[in-house]
Amino acid sequence: MSISLDEVRHIAALARLGISDERAQLAAEELTSILAHMQVLTRVDDERAAGSDTDGKTGMTLRPDLGPPIPLLRAPAFFAPEMREGFFLVPRLATHEDPEPSP
Amino acid sequence: MSVRETVESPRAADSVASGAFEMVVGLEVHVQLLTRTKAFCRCATDFGAPPNTNVCPVCLGLPGALPVLNEHVVDLALRAAIALDCEIHPVSIFARKNYFYPDLPKGYQISQYDRPLATAGRLTTDATGETAASTVRITRVHIEEDAGKSVHDRFAGVSAIDLNRAGVPLIEIVSEPDIRSAAAAGAYLRALKQLLEYLEVSDVNMEEGSLRVDANVSARPVGASTLGTKTELKNLNSFSAVERALDAEFARQCALLGAGQRVMQQTLLWDAGSAAVRPARSKEESHDYRYFPDPDLPPLLVDRARIKRVRNDLPELPAARKARYRETFGLGAYDADVLTAERSLGSYFEEVARAHRDSKTAANWVMGEVRAALNARRLEIDRFPVRPADVAELLDLVASGTLSGTAAKRVFALMAETGDRASQIAAREGLAQVRDDAALREWIEQVIAEHEPEATRCARGERKLLGVLVGFVMKKSKGRADPKRVNQLLAERLGV
Amino acid sequence: MTETGFGSHSPEGTVAEIRASVTAGRRSPRDIVDHSFARAAQVRAGADGLNAILWSDIAVAHNEAAALEPRLNGPDAPLLAGVPIVVKDNIATVGSPTTCGSRILAGYHSPFEATAVSRLRDAGAIAVGKTNLDEFAMGSSTEFSAFGRTKHPLDPRLVPGGSSGGSAAAVAAGITPAALGSETGGSVRQPAAFCGIVGVKPTYGRVSRYGLVAFASSLDQIGVFGAHVDDAAAVLQAIAGRDGLDATSSDAPVPDYGEYPPTLRGLVIGKPREYFPHQLDPRIADLCERALDRCRELGAAVREVSLPHTELAIPVYYIVAPAEASSNLARFDGVRYGLRVTDHGLRGMYEATRSSGFGPEVTRRILLGTYVLSAGYYDAYYAKAMRARTLIATDFDEVFRSGVDVLFTPTTPTTAFAAGSRTDPYQMYLSDIFTVTANLAGIPALSLPIGRIDGLPVGGQLLAPHFAEQRLLGVARLLEHSLGAEAHR
Repeated sequence: MSISLDEVRHIAALARLGISDERAQLAAEELTSILAHMQVLTRVDDERAAGSDTDGKTGMTLRPDLGPPIPLLRAPAFFAPEMREGFFLVPRLATHEDPEPSP
Repeated sequence: MSVRETVESPRAADSVASGAFEMVVGLEVHVQLLTRTKAFCRCATDFGAPPNTNVCPVCLGLPGALPVLNEHVVDLALRAAIALDCEIHPVSIFARKNYFYPDLPKGYQISQYDRPLATAGRLTTDATGETAASTVRITRVHIEEDAGKSVHDRFAGVSAIDLNRAGVPLIEIVSEPDIRSAAAAGAYLRALKQLLEYLEVSDVNMEEGSLRVDANVSARPVGASTLGTKTELKNLNSFSAVERALDAEFARQCALLGAGQRVMQQTLLWDAGSAAVRPARSKEESHDYRYFPDPDLPPLLVDRARIKRVRNDLPELPAARKARYRETFGLGAYDADVLTAERSLGSYFEEVARAHRDSKTAANWVMGEVRAALNARRLEIDRFPVRPADVAELLDLVASGTLSGTAAKRVFALMAETGDRASQIAAREGLAQVRDDAALREWIEQVIAEHEPEATRCARGERKLLGVLVGFVMKKSKGRADPKRVNQLLAERLGV
Repeated sequence: MTETGFGSHSPEGTVAEIRASVTAGRRSPRDIVDHSFARAAQVRAGADGLNAILWSDIAVAHNEAAALEPRLNGPDAPLLAGVPIVVKDNIATVGSPTTCGSRILAGYHSPFEATAVSRLRDAGAIAVGKTNLDEFAMGSSTEFSAFGRTKHPLDPRLVPGGSSGGSAAAVAAGITPAALGSETGGSVRQPAAFCGIVGVKPTYGRVSRYGLVAFASSLDQIGVFGAHVDDAAAVLQAIAGRDGLDATSSDAPVPDYGEYPPTLRGLVIGKPREYFPHQLDPRIADLCERALDRCRELGAAVREVSLPHTELAIPVYYIVAPAEASSNLARFDGVRYGLRVTDHGLRGMYEATRSSGFGPEVTRRILLGTYVLSAGYYDAYYAKAMRARTLIATDFDEVFRSGVDVLFTPTTPTTAFAAGSRTDPYQMYLSDIFTVTANLAGIPALSLPIGRIDGLPVGGQLLAPHFAEQRLLGVARLLEHSLGAEAHR
């Protein structure tokens, strides 16, 4: 199966990757070619492989509901791109912009 | 793009009888769990700390940090699931729900998805004035982590992100679409809140966001067995908002269906100000969360021993407590209902009743004065300065005749204001009851002098005026006179 | 070329020799640090030369050495006393940057340290540098680093392998006797094979991943390079064991990796036929046969076995790893740390930051991973791959249950290739064909030098059941001794 340019644009949007049309076209070809090699998986016998995802696996170890917190050797202000009054700042979300005045 | 667009809502609504349709509602309730530390790291869960101070490499989503699940989260989730009669799954899986949002540090939320902790439970609500008793089936109870907070109105042009809440543990309780009216939704939510409070699983405080409700609602012709297209209602900030939003949305859907139009499946935000719904997001935004099992977290195994331990440690639940109040304290059904509505109020009452012994009086005071004071001050009972022992002391003073009922109310008001004890206030304010005959006679003489005509008529046989005169004496004494004794002395004095 | 470097056959070159000379007071930790930096300068390990080391600071290393001095008294001195080590730059360290070879983390300093690095310090090791890698460990050649490619120490036109190419080149060039790398599909064993040194991928869960910047969490494991088996074993000893900060770390006891039997008598070595296809370079097959003969001489029995689902490994790997990567790399969004490029609004910032921060291979894998997880494709790709993964693991279980103790295979299908020669992504992915299976099954594996072709090293791979590192290292040690100088001829 081949991956269309629209599908590449869709997954690039999901992954928040801004890619040019040229790059998207190339990606469509590359992904199509890579996924062609994955066709061998269609031969996998699901019956034989099913049901083994968690059987016999050890479960996770839990931790007690106790501190202290894992220390930060540098405060967020040292690595944050933009901070004010202790908050990380980001551009205002489109859905929270002030409503446009009605015409 | 303006977000003020509205949803379709035909004007012809009035002409459509919504009686032809039935409301079908399912509720999704998110509950913040009462743990000391977050779900997957050791940061504190305190509410109200300065921004980004309860954070660490894990909840900031720093490169290389890994989640480790808090055991108490599992136990609290189990407590809720067991109390909701759910089937507990010995193996459950944490998945990643992938989406970008600035308050979601890792770019995914850790949440149980296709293998939740518990499924197939139920919650029974009692009959109330408006609704019959009913059972709502619970689809699932699962564990997940909370996101941080985005603050949009603090700084101009930018959003501010606080990650103190990121990683705080939640359970989501999803109901089947078994609810048929806004009132029934309210009853379900109140019963659920009451249960969770009893279980000490959560603060269940909607204002602080420790309990959040989303509603799925659809309409279908009465008698139909298939479900109509549903919409999801968000931004429901109180139980009454849930009820009003459901009624409004149901009316909108009925109007659409009645006009032969279709309901579009979408997420809607309730706007309490305009009492209407509006679309939550732009329509082109597609959602594909790409769930897959979180490889950082092996399966959660819950063995029988853990379930048994949690079950054995379950606190007394509302129905059992109600029965006990009727039996042990001799309360009527209504009083028992009111006092068990909130676990903390009931516990307060029990302490008063145990210290004061007259449980009926204790019940009346807690249901009356105490609740009124809490409402007036918008206080949680845990933070109320008047403790149960203080109320008991006050009631003892009334019982011994030291304080009149009227004086006791004034003393209580001052107790709530100052936090001082009843005996201190009574002494300081001179509110202790006056039973000294000489003092009482002096007030009586003054009243007779000031109300000569009434006194004369009373002495001539208009006995009903005696009460009026007693009232004048009480007023003159600023409520301190012992009314029984005044009554006796006044009757003697007027010879009636 | 290792005559004056660590790991050479000159005195005081190995981990054990350094520890002995430091604890006996013959050399100070500061001397060792100076020696390491001198060697790095001599081989031009920095950006103007091999480009193996992205960051090093002699003043910082001197401070670490000075802090170490008081703990070096006598026989109780820690296992790695005074041993200089380099660390792959996708492992969080404090006091030095952690860039993952990516523009999106250029200049980023982690506010916490990886558990493995803390344990190295506790064991007396001195971190002297951070090494180059394919961006976020995605690659097999160390060509895909935002900070330029690493060159092969024997021939600058060649790649050292990857993604831990910087660590491999540093050890091969004698800058340090051992190094930390990371494995997702062969990123330690493959460059170890290309560079002629020892590389160990421990059992999944043996070493804490806390502080290892995640590529594919269900496959990632910190691995170890050593000039010799003993060097790698000592470093693994120091970092292995349960860590409360990693829910996938195992509490299985850590045995003494310094212990090994005198012979291979009674041991059964499996030779899986799928790893010796007819198109395999016959010279590589011959070197493998020579190594197996040595094992026979040491008393082992060699048995041909089959791992029938091997052909699924690369497709499974290139679905599972990108899928997990697409999620793991979502955190690089310009909000809290790292690069931020502003554009229109929040959406614009996300897209501009991520598209200019990630290189082409990372972008390719995020797209691939997003695709295979997306609605409508999940079952056909991800769910299917996860089922196939269990078949690959079951193959190993069955072979080991049948009485085979370890497996022997070539580590790679070729020797080090020329930089720029693999332009088709899938051809590059095939470099991992013999190594990805151990990651998919979670079992431990090791590569050691077994000879050379046209002067270029060839690696032999040993695989063992879960948590059988001691056995793996024991077999490798005996084979290493038996091959002696032949391993490098």
